[in-house]
Amino acid sequence: MSIRVQREDFDVGAELAAMRGNRAIGALACFVGVVRDVNDGAAVRGLTLEHYPGMTEKALEDIVEQARSRWNIMDVRVVHRVGALVPTDQIVFVAVAGAHRGEAFAACEFIMDYLKTQAPFWKKEQTPGGERWVNARASDDAAAQRWQEGEPT
Amino acid sequence: MDSSDLHKGLAQAGTALVTVLYFARLREALGRDAEQLSLPAGVATVGALRDVLLARGGAWAVELASAKPVRVAVNQTMARLDTGIRPGDEIAFFPPVTGG
Repeated sequence: MSIRVQREDFDVGAELAAMRGNRAIGALACFVGVVRDVNDGAAVRGLTLEHYPGMTEKALEDIVEQARSRWNIMDVRVVHRVGALVPTDQIVFVAVAGAHRGEAFAACEFIMDYLKTQAPFWKKEQTPGGERWVNARASDDAAAQRWQEGEPT
Repeated sequence: MDSSDLHKGLAQAGTALVTVLYFARLREALGRDAEQLSLPAGVATVGALRDVLLARGGAWAVELASAKPVRVAVNQTMARLDTGIRPGDEIAFFPPVTGG
């Protein structure tokens, strides 16, 4: 298991390759979040990601532990960037290794849904109208909430 | 000295001080990212501490108003208004998170 919060970019291929050492692994599911050039109707030139050092790592570890208690998964990797980013930059990487795709896909989606609502990161966007803090989305709360009522279908 | 050193120092001193941290929009609006606060008598929950900060007026009254979607953590774990606080604790106020 590996959880990193860093300013530097990451190499998806290298991250996934590092997870393939275990011969029992049959599935690697991964998600990569990328900076878009538009959000809430405004052009986005770039954004700055702030976090709560110390709590961020603890929150991510807790989310990964919850996933490990729900699914029979073998390895998890989370990388989240902070600092200044521009459109097309990678923001976040979550990968889950398991014996089969079902638990790997489900755990990967669960970790992302909880990361969006529980991990202390905040985005500030640079738009033509000036800088603005990104507002949390009700749809992200709903996505995390559905895991408490059973697995989404 | 970072906030965790500060936290340890306060716990050792056995004072009634807590460390309060502010992030993102709150940090900017309140003009500070951290402060040490002496807990007034009877202030034993996050909600009671928020009321103390609200009473400062100005930006504090605006940003910490109950209608605002403020989140809180105690000792780096998500908490609620009824979560208890004690001297030496690290209490953070921030907007709903927007990572990922």
